[in-house]
Amino acid sequence: MYIRDTIAAVSTPPGNGGIGIIRVSGDQAAAVGNAVFKPVYDGGLVSHRFSFGTITDPVTGVAVDEAMAVYMRAPRSYTREDILELHCHGGWLVVEKVLALVLSCGIRLADPGEFTRRAFLNGRIDLIQAEAVMDIISSKSESALQLAQTQREGVLSKRIEDVRGYLIRALALVEAYIDFPDDDLGETDVESIRASVGEAQRIITGLLSTFEEGRVMRDGISVLIVGKPNAGKSSLLNRLLNENRAIVTHIPGTTRDIIEETVTFEGLAVRLLDTAGIRHTDDLVEQEGISRALAKIPQADLILAVFDASREFGQEDQLIYDALTGHRTIAVLNKTDLPRQLVLPDEGRFLAQTGIVALTGDGVDQLKQVVCKQFLRSTASDSREFVALSRARHRDALVSAQQNLQQFSSGLRDRNLELLALDLRSALQAVGSVVGQTATDEVLDHIFSSFCIGK
Amino acid sequence: MMTYDQTYDVIVVGAGHAGCEAALAAARMGCRTMLLTINLDAIALMSCNPSIGGLAKGHLVKEIDALGGEMAKNIDATGIQFRILNTKKGPAVRASRAQADKQLYRLRMKRVLEQQNNLDLKQGEVTALYLEDGELRGVDLKSGIRFLSRTVVVTTGTFMRGLIHIGLNNYPGGRAGDQPSIGLSDHMRALGFQVGRLKTGTPARLDARSIDFTKLETQFGDDPPQPFSFSTDRIIMQQVPCHIAYTNPHSHDIIRSGLDRSPLYSGIIEGIGPRYCPSIEDKVVRFPDKDRHQTFIEPEGLDTVEVYPSGMSTSLPIDIQIAFYRSIVGLERVEIMRPAYAIEYDYVDPIQLHSSLETKVLKNLFHAGQINGTSGYEEAAGQGLVAGINAALRVQGRESLVLGRSEAYIGVMIDDLVTLGTKEPYRMFTSRAEYRLLLREDNADLRLREIGYQLGLVDEQEFARFSEKRSKIAVELERIAATRLQLSEHEREVLARLGIADIQKGTTLEHLLKRSDICYDDLAELGHVPRETSAVICEQVEIQTKYRGYIDRQLEQVEQAKKLESTIIPADLDYVSVKSLTTEVREKLSKYRPDTLGQASRIPGVTPAAISILSISLKSSSWKGNDEQCIQ
Repeated sequence: MYIRDTIAAVSTPPGNGGIGIIRVSGDQAAAVGNAVFKPVYDGGLVSHRFSFGTITDPVTGVAVDEAMAVYMRAPRSYTREDILELHCHGGWLVVEKVLALVLSCGIRLADPGEFTRRAFLNGRIDLIQAEAVMDIISSKSESALQLAQTQREGVLSKRIEDVRGYLIRALALVEAYIDFPDDDLGETDVESIRASVGEAQRIITGLLSTFEEGRVMRDGISVLIVGKPNAGKSSLLNRLLNENRAIVTHIPGTTRDIIEETVTFEGLAVRLLDTAGIRHTDDLVEQEGISRALAKIPQADLILAVFDASREFGQEDQLIYDALTGHRTIAVLNKTDLPRQLVLPDEGRFLAQTGIVALTGDGVDQLKQVVCKQFLRSTASDSREFVALSRARHRDALVSAQQNLQQFSSGLRDRNLELLALDLRSALQAVGSVVGQTATDEVLDHIFSSFCIGK
Repeated sequence: MMTYDQTYDVIVVGAGHAGCEAALAAARMGCRTMLLTINLDAIALMSCNPSIGGLAKGHLVKEIDALGGEMAKNIDATGIQFRILNTKKGPAVRASRAQADKQLYRLRMKRVLEQQNNLDLKQGEVTALYLEDGELRGVDLKSGIRFLSRTVVVTTGTFMRGLIHIGLNNYPGGRAGDQPSIGLSDHMRALGFQVGRLKTGTPARLDARSIDFTKLETQFGDDPPQPFSFSTDRIIMQQVPCHIAYTNPHSHDIIRSGLDRSPLYSGIIEGIGPRYCPSIEDKVVRFPDKDRHQTFIEPEGLDTVEVYPSGMSTSLPIDIQIAFYRSIVGLERVEIMRPAYAIEYDYVDPIQLHSSLETKVLKNLFHAGQINGTSGYEEAAGQGLVAGINAALRVQGRESLVLGRSEAYIGVMIDDLVTLGTKEPYRMFTSRAEYRLLLREDNADLRLREIGYQLGLVDEQEFARFSEKRSKIAVELERIAATRLQLSEHEREVLARLGIADIQKGTTLEHLLKRSDICYDDLAELGHVPRETSAVICEQVEIQTKYRGYIDRQLEQVEQAKKLESTIIPADLDYVSVKSLTTEVREKLSKYRPDTLGQASRIPGVTPAAISILSISLKSSSWKGNDEQCIQ
């Protein structure tokens, strides 16, 4: 067999939790269980039954923790190998101790993603599922976790199967007229072909529209905070972080480099970038900071332009306006507790406008919601129904299928049938590659290199 | 048992369309060859329709010709109507079809065989293969003679345990009028072959004198008729038309009234019939809403009144046959000369074959044609040619010929058969070829002539002719890529007449030809084609230029698939040792035993994950020692 040795790892997230699970996979799983776990009731480990007992150091006989243990005999397990799971108390120290004990039985620590790799290699999960699990491993937030799980349920696979069904139907109609010219088939049923292809296109378009959302949920978004000096950018950052990360002073130009922090808004991973205040300055260091801030603008998914609402729109604000043209921006009006002096010209350029008082934190929660709303259109919808395309490989395949189908549709009236068939075939092949139907070595290499990067 | 005093290199069992090509190929490649048949008067007999070609089948015939086979030349010499199908569609799906004079076709093929050096023709029925120490040594005949041979090609058609059905009556026969082959299939089963049963059928032959052709549509062939063979200059046979007739609701009522005496619907026939070539009772039962079915009334020859009503095969009892054929307008007084019948026969599962058509069970034994579960003369001939070539190559100690799926329909067919096996009679369709735009009739010679020449099947003269064509195409392609429009007065005048306005000075002819509103003749009109350029060259240049984009797209796909196609799976790979595979996949792979990863990927139920595992396992010769490397 390809992988013979037995591996173990902590499979619950790092840190203190309610329980900690140590998972062992491989031929030695049962032996390890018998060595370190003493069930309260006699009879040893029965496959797929939880038993209660103590984890005991086999050498010293000292009990380490009370625990539940479950043994799953191959192939009815996640990896299709023998698996032992020890569910112990979730304290970090206990979990580490149990892991050390398990490893002392002569097995090795698993590599990142290795359980999933074994599951894939042993045919337990398919390509999409494996990729989705990899997303779970490396997911940065709850939303990503949810998305990954949905994908793993095979929802995407089902939609893809639907598309393939329609395409196969359309192709069959085209092929019939090619291969049976003497067979009195009547006129080419263009409408049926068009309808089937239309259905396929509709599903693909739907899937593609979820890609951006899927990417956002998986990778999170980057949000750049810009504004003139002392508009309150750093105070806002601190409010969003709930900590004093950026140095806040009343001296303009305090933030000279870019400060980057990651937070979670409603399950969405957000990378916050605080920048130097934008103004004309002779200070070389500050100039550098400003040009860095400006350089970041095109790369950000969203820009929070912070304005001081208690002052009139000034030359420095205009500088920011110029830099922001064409970029997705939310206008954040700070100091709304003071009498309002600011009049924003051309308000239509902003996706939204919202007021805050950075010093007290008023309006900050609302701002978070406004940010999320820009990216998660379907936050309100039932997440189990939510299908999203989150991998670039899937997106590329569907885009290519979409192009083939467009070419098909535009040529339906005047192009030769066998060329139309070629378009359909190419689309079918592209769609098939999403469910791994044409999985080549390159795809595999890509996945496995991804597994090692994860976590 | 008497043992004949000389040893052959190749013995071919059966002289149908597969056997003839196999024997000719082996003999032409210099092997001492014997062709054995149950009936020397039935060589290359067209047991069913008197025609050659059609969609995908025409492609096969052209490929056979390019490789140096005989079928195309034989039909060119004996064809009495030629048509190109799908002329309104693109070049890849255009196909040639011809009606044959059935007797002339058979007689010419027999003459070619008789005139072939190194080839003995003998009549006799093979009942067993002769083995020594488990190795194939020859064949045993019913008459008590043993012929020794280094290799054997078996092409038994519908003869092995053939059983003819007309209504509820049935009797053993290899074809109406011929005795079956009894014993050979039992013998093969005992050797470890999986023998199955298939069914096919043929319509009645009708007396043309009793048909009122004035009531039927007439269909003429193309004028001038286009030959199949790249070596034929023109067709000299007299050409005759076919006629088209239709069934009607009354015909269908008659058919339904006889279903209780149909061997098909009463369960007497066990063999599986072809879905794409159903009997008329099948059509009526499965498509009850269709109020008419079309039939082409095809002549069986110039010197006979027998005609063949295509698509009207049946195994219904004779009284129903008479009533049903007479219900067709124009056939009211028709006389049946030979009744329609169904035939069941034994075949051997082709997944027991290598891509060379050598069996996996017994070395030096090759199978071709209906024994492999195919149907159709062209499919049989294509396999026969490959089997004959590979038997000869084996004798000569040379590597076998395997045509790829991107090279030839023959390659697609054999790969389908040996990879997937078949449960019903297998027929070629253009849609089976994923690289359809590459596998055209018009470029069969460009694809395969060189291979035929290397094998010694294409003679010097033929090859010189081909080489000249090939280089002329290259020259002309180069010329149109380099020639630019000067927009002279004449050019502008012609373009205006063609309604083309948006052409700039300096546009190449190649660029111009890519446009959908310009054809090669227009280039001639513009004064840009040398007068001596032949029609064949023009056609090639036009197709290759106009479809360049699509052709390149397919070539790219071929390139991508190459890695899987070229990864060989060792014949002795123990799939049980590949524990990562699911039980289902392991069983499938153990059963099909694919030769390459490409083949494995085409087996239904073999998942992409399984292919990945196999690919990894093949890469690391010793998994045990390479664990770390694999995991990284």
